[in-house]
This record gives sequence, C-alpha cells and structure tokens, in this order.
Amino acid sequence: MADLEITPLNALHRELGARMVPFAGYDMPVQYPMGVMKEHLHCRARAGLFDVSHMGQVILRAPGGHAEVARAMEALVPVDLLGLGVMRQRYGFFTNEAGGILDDLMLANRGDHMFVVVNAACKADDIAHMRAGLSGVEVEAITDRALLALQGPDAEAVLETVAPGVAAMRFMDVGIIDTDFGDLWISRSGYTGEDGYEISMTEDQAEPLARALLEHEAVEPIGLGARDSLRLEAGLCLYGHDIDTTTSPVEASLNWAIQKVRRAGGDRAGGFPGAARILEEMQTGAERTRVGLRPEGRAPMREGTPLFAAAEGGDPVGHVTSGAFGPTIEGPMSMGYVPCDMAAEGVEMFGEVRGKRLPVRVAKLPFTPANFKR
Amino acid sequence: MKFTEEHEWLRAEDDVVVVGITEHASEQLGDVVFVELPEVGTQVTKDDEIVVIESVKAASDILAPIDGEIVEVNEVLTDEPGKVNDDPMGEAWFFKIKPSEPGQMDDLMDEAAYKKYIG
Repeated sequence: MADLEITPLNALHRELGARMVPFAGYDMPVQYPMGVMKEHLHCRARAGLFDVSHMGQVILRAPGGHAEVARAMEALVPVDLLGLGVMRQRYGFFTNEAGGILDDLMLANRGDHMFVVVNAACKADDIAHMRAGLSGVEVEAITDRALLALQGPDAEAVLETVAPGVAAMRFMDVGIIDTDFGDLWISRSGYTGEDGYEISMTEDQAEPLARALLEHEAVEPIGLGARDSLRLEAGLCLYGHDIDTTTSPVEASLNWAIQKVRRAGGDRAGGFPGAARILEEMQTGAERTRVGLRPEGRAPMREGTPLFAAAEGGDPVGHVTSGAFGPTIEGPMSMGYVPCDMAAEGVEMFGEVRGKRLPVRVAKLPFTPANFKR
Repeated sequence: MKFTEEHEWLRAEDDVVVVGITEHASEQLGDVVFVELPEVGTQVTKDDEIVVIESVKAASDILAPIDGEIVEVNEVLTDEPGKVNDDPMGEAWFFKIKPSEPGQMDDLMDEAAYKKYIG
C-alpha cells in the first residue's frame, strides 16, 4: 500500500477495533466491531461519531473581508455568497466550463473571512483551482486541524456538555466556541440526514475530544460503510459517483443550491464557469436527471447497473450511480440518472443485475425524512 | 467437516453434503442483506457460481465446491439473510448437494488445514 496518510485518530480507530481501508489516500475506518448495519441504525436512533479529518479545510481571506472573498468565489461557485449571513454556512459546488461539477463543498461566512470544507479526494485540485481563480484572495489550507462529525438525535445533548451553547444553533449555523478542547469550529450540519454537528479542532485535541464524546453511552463510532448508507438514504450526492465533471447541477437535481440571484434574471446571474449551459438547463430542462430508485425484492442495484425501459431488448436509458441496502428503510435503494420523461415517482424500469433485468421504480428522495433542526 | 479455499464448509449428512460459509467468511463479508439460491434439481460442476450473496459492502459468489445435484436449499435465508452473520456454521447453511464424484471431498482441507490457511 503506497504511503497512505493517516488522521490524528488513527490509533484510536485501531484501539476501537476498526477495520481500516484506503480511502482517498487515507487509512480510514470502514466499520467498527458493531458492523455497518447496526452503526447505521445507531446513528439514526442515538448518535454517531465520524472521523472526517481527511476532508480539506481551507480559509480564504482578503483585505475586504468576507464580502471580497465572496465576490471572488462567486466566479467559481454558482451560489449566492454575498448574501450569506454572518456565521452561516451554505452548500455549493465548483463548476467547470462545460457546466460539470469539479467538487461539492460547504462554504461558511465567518465574519472577516470564509471557511470552506472540500472533499478529501479533490482537495489538492480544489486548492489549486482557488489559488488560480481567486485573485487578491489568500488561500490557506488548514493542515493542523482534525474534523469530526457528531450526528443523530442525541448529538445536541452530547455536544452541549462539551461546548455549551451549541443547542441554540440552527441548521447551517456556524460558531467558534472556546472549550476545554481548545477553540472548536462548529457547524450544525452533516451528511447523514440527521441533526448534528461538524466540529473542527486542533489535531492534538482530536483524540481527547473524541474520547470525551465516546464516553457518552449514546455515542458510537461510525465508519465509512455506514456513512455511505446514511447519506444515500438521505438522498445526498457522493462526489465521484452521483456527481462529477460529466454531470451538470441541473441534471444532478441540485437547482435548489443555485439561489435566485445567480439565475437568469437575477442581479448577479451567471458569471461562473459553465453558466451558459447551466442557466439554459434551468429554464428548458436537462435531458436526464438524478432520481431515487427502489428495486423490488432485496437485491441491491449497485453503482454502474444499467437501466432499461423494458424487461427485454433496447439500449440502456440510464444507469445507477450509487446503490446499497438501506438499513432504516429495510430494503435496497439506489440513485441514478434517467431521461426526464421517465423521472416521475413510480415509473417502472429494469436494472440489469448479473445478466437479469429486475424491476425498479423511481422513488422520492430522500428515502428517509431529514431531521434537521431548522 | 471439510473446507474450501473459497471459505465454504461441507458436512456429509447421509448421502448428501450440506454447504455453508465459514465464520471467517461471514465476518469478512459484513452484514449480509441478500441471498440468491440455486434451484433445487440443478446439476452443478465444481466452481460454477451458484449462490449470490450481497453484503452491505459488495456482491460475492459462492462456487459449487464439488460436482453434483442441488437437492435442497435453505429458503429461510431469502427472507432472513442476516442469519448468515448470526450462525454461519449452523442454521445458515446454503444448500445440500448430492455428490456425483464423492472422491472430490478428499481433496478439500480439514479443519486444521483451513485454520492454517486463514492464518
């Protein structure tokens, strides 16, 4: 195995009995002794602790403060950043000239600067992209901090014991809170569909904080396996699978993330890479769209499964981009791209699994209702 | 009891052989969520892919460990695939096969050899 990077929690994962796998260049826990299924259900019922330190944390500064950074970033991201409130966070993505997606990310207005979190596999490219595309903005990769996510209905009560005040935060609020574990950069967000927080701390505090959270009987460590089934049940895209450079935000059903002010007719319409295609698709529609899919029976339809309109004959009309078994919905679930005229809830099509065409229906996303504290 | 390099166990029961997967295999697979069994009456040849197991992680095949005819399958696993994790060496057997070349059993590992194989 070529030189995997490790997070500050590597020793703790091993101590907890995790099975480690290479992921985005890091040695990461895929599951703990509890197993993927029980970890998933525990997170939905109580609270789960995730090590997401492999993700990229970046601070963007400019002499003109957040507003100047926001104005510059709007040239890379089709999101309303100038209108983002102080200590508020927003989901967005970098687009390319062809209107595809380079990465998805979280962007936070922290008063005098912007803080962004990007995917592990894309972080080097993202940082280079920002350095090249943001003139007058200092792009500082934060490499001495770890990142944890605490997700689930008990997350609020547990984190409140460590960082008093977090209970008052709303979904997508961000805060910097001084605690026994140093200053914690906290956002009320996550990628499981549950209420919860993402917490950045200096790397020397990562293990003490993780241990303090795990001391609560409500909290169990959760690996990448359950992280994937949780986000899929929540209908959330995984970069490199459900979205990539070949999918436009409109095809990916991410129109909601492009605020009115950046759309055709808005005060700051366009002005980001691929705007011509993306804005046109927003008005006239794309040819294909990302949908939820529920296979009949129990067999999961995994990434790459071709989708057909009929039980026999014909060419594929689309394909599955993520597929797994959903522990909460107790059945298989997938997401994939289909022609827009086949995207209505309940439309039946066929996924080819091991040479057999099995029936699958378009289903509403998310598969499980979101429990955000808005 | 005999074992294959594919982590199956085989137990002779009168003139048929009961086949399942080992504890080690079930741990490696993770939570099993789907099992597709062969049809009773199917004639199989050693190394035919005859069972599909999907775990939370991936799909895997179980190969026929010997030549013969499938005479019974464990239908319970279709509705309760999780039994493969709960009791892989007992209740969660996959199928019973009537060997056509009983001598093939002699080529398989015994328990001591299998334990050494999985290290």
